[in-house]
Amino acid sequence: MSDPLGSQIREALFAAPARPDEPEPQPESGEAPADLPDDLRIDLYRWMRLTRTLDNTMVDMWKQGRGLGGTFSGRGHEGISVPMAMALGPDDVIAPMHRDVGSYLVRGMTPARVFGNLLGRVTGPSEGRDANLHGMGDLSLGIIGYVSHIPQQIPITLGMAMSFRYRGEPRVALTACGDGGTTTGPYHESLNMAALYSAPMVLVVQNNQYAYSTPLDQQMATFAITERAAAYGLTARTEDGNDVEAMFRSIKAAVDRARSGGGPTVIEARTMRMLGHAIHDGAEYVPRELLERWEARDPVDHQRRRLLSEGVSGEAGLAEIDAWARAEINAAVAEAEAAPFPDPGTVSDRIYA
Amino acid sequence: MRELTYIAAISEAISHEMERDPDVLVLGEDVGGDFGGAFKVTKGLAARFGDRRVLNTPLAEQSFIGMANGMALMGLRPIVEVQFADFISTGFDSIVQSAATIHYRFGGKVPWVIRAPSDGGIRSGPFHSQNPEAWFVHTPGLKVVAPSNPADAKGLLCSAVRDPNPVIYFEAKPLYRSLRGPVPDGEHLVPIGEAKVVRPGTDLTVVAYGSQVSQALAAATDLAADRIEAEVVDLRSLKPLDFETVAKSVSRTSRALVVHSANRLAGVGAEVSARISEECFEWLDAPVTRLGGLDVPVPFSPPLEDAYRPDAHKIAAAARRLAAY
Ligand SMILES: Cc1ncc(C[n+]2csc(CCOP(=O)(O)OP(=O)(O)O)c2C)c(N)n1
Ligand SMILES: [Mg+2]
Repeated sequence: MSDPLGSQIREALFAAPARPDEPEPQPESGEAPADLPDDLRIDLYRWMRLTRTLDNTMVDMWKQGRGLGGTFSGRGHEGISVPMAMALGPDDVIAPMHRDVGSYLVRGMTPARVFGNLLGRVTGPSEGRDANLHGMGDLSLGIIGYVSHIPQQIPITLGMAMSFRYRGEPRVALTACGDGGTTTGPYHESLNMAALYSAPMVLVVQNNQYAYSTPLDQQMATFAITERAAAYGLTARTEDGNDVEAMFRSIKAAVDRARSGGGPTVIEARTMRMLGHAIHDGAEYVPRELLERWEARDPVDHQRRRLLSEGVSGEAGLAEIDAWARAEINAAVAEAEAAPFPDPGTVSDRIYA
Repeated sequence: MRELTYIAAISEAISHEMERDPDVLVLGEDVGGDFGGAFKVTKGLAARFGDRRVLNTPLAEQSFIGMANGMALMGLRPIVEVQFADFISTGFDSIVQSAATIHYRFGGKVPWVIRAPSDGGIRSGPFHSQNPEAWFVHTPGLKVVAPSNPADAKGLLCSAVRDPNPVIYFEAKPLYRSLRGPVPDGEHLVPIGEAKVVRPGTDLTVVAYGSQVSQALAAATDLAADRIEAEVVDLRSLKPLDFETVAKSVSRTSRALVVHSANRLAGVGAEVSARISEECFEWLDAPVTRLGGLDVPVPFSPPLEDAYRPDAHKIAAAARRLAAY
């Protein structure tokens, strides 16, 4: 006798867990255009290059002792953070996490303001109050500042989505968490509520295979992040987080679905954190071969090669983008380093609205 | 006596207790393997005692602290690391509702220790600089300690592990590698609930704990140049509080300054100050003075954080005003 449900459950339970470092091929969802316009594909590259240049510069500065406190590199995550923001409309909101400089830049936060925050200057979005990539909120840009306590961004995003639903506004709220974030209580509480209320929200799980020093297999018994989300009733997909075009399509489809009342989506983006957890961390616990394998799939280089090989752009055009990014970041650092520190007399200002 | 850094003394206490008692184990985020925790306090323990006794947990404070409650109820003695004291709030229910009340409600024992790397001054911003001890001092059923030097760091941690109650151990990050001092080899216990006069003086009493004890001592040296002799009392335990030692000192000096890095408003200093006013009124020659963090999240930028925190300079200035009162 056939037992389709039983066999499905058995398969889900006993199948070897999908290797997190080998993204599975996805069936076409049919919800997003298969072909992205050329200028968009180039823009994806442009923002990734700006993000990478900022990241490289930040890391160099901190290693040279020109930084302040600690900071987080998002190297390897550009193919996620950039489309997270590019797939949103101007009235949508985003609550990025600590490796999402790309989202801030796309959303309109200038590199000079980012460096202003990193260096504790009054010109940063938190005006010296919050550290590194925390607290870089700017509501005029639809950006919610990051709270360190993982995963506080998720219930906040749920709440923003619920306010859009309540008022009947065609807006979407998007956030992200790491693989580590998926092991917390509020992650599961929020997913359950998001599905229950059909909230117009999108959650990108940036599965970079480590939470600080702890690899996936010490965080969870099965790597079934997508399946768990689906079990709560969300639309859930797994994507190659190093393929910026696939990520854009997937996020855009999820945003469109949320906007048209189709409910929340979780997208698991498989990737690799290419540097340490934070600037002080040499990540000796990550096998070098794993890093080499992912270095070969670098999201920025990958997109560059694709644009060239598919004739979307020539070398000169891309070199121009690279030079533009370099100049933007150099100017931003100069501006931020010349900016004043906050006046200590203002320390108690702005506690209350 | 040999000298250790503050952080090495903490590590030594943990391995001493693990060596002594097979029921002692370590758990928390990133504590295991070769890594040994965000600050490397538990480095080497997994190699020495095995992964079974040094457990890496997922990011899940509410549940791994709750799990420690259950382990402790069954007689184990978990030493739980929260990566930063700031993240202890994520496990709040498991501590203040569950662990703290179990003995009072039905007689169970919860002999865990939570190690909470706390305090700021190191440009880490609002979420990696906090001193949340007052929340727990306010909670019946918990014990709270905050060592100021390497010897006490070892002695208080060993006592905390052996205590049959839940003990929250606030270690001061700014002291980790900046403070060295003599630490007894082998068995060394500092009783929970005993303050200590760390500098004798006659003109005023400075009551402090954690990283502010070094600041108070530095201030006292500065004040001595002006012939103001400050007595410095290190509370060491915040709950139970050894008020007797404080009262004895204040009865001799007649002036009291209470200092901590945590927010001044409704902080531990408020309790100490209230008790001095209530119980030492007839000896006082000046109002009790408090120094603490401002009523704002710990800011990141150096000028703001410096404005936020007490330090030796601010302690000396407040002491001069108090002495001249
Ligand atoms: C509640 C809480 N506990 C501990 C931490 C300390 N911490 C900061 S990031 C991190 C690991 C996060 O891993 P993951 O969610 O996978 O994100 P990733 O850093 O890999 O991008 C930890 C444990 C925290 N931020 N919040
Ligand atoms: Mg991760």
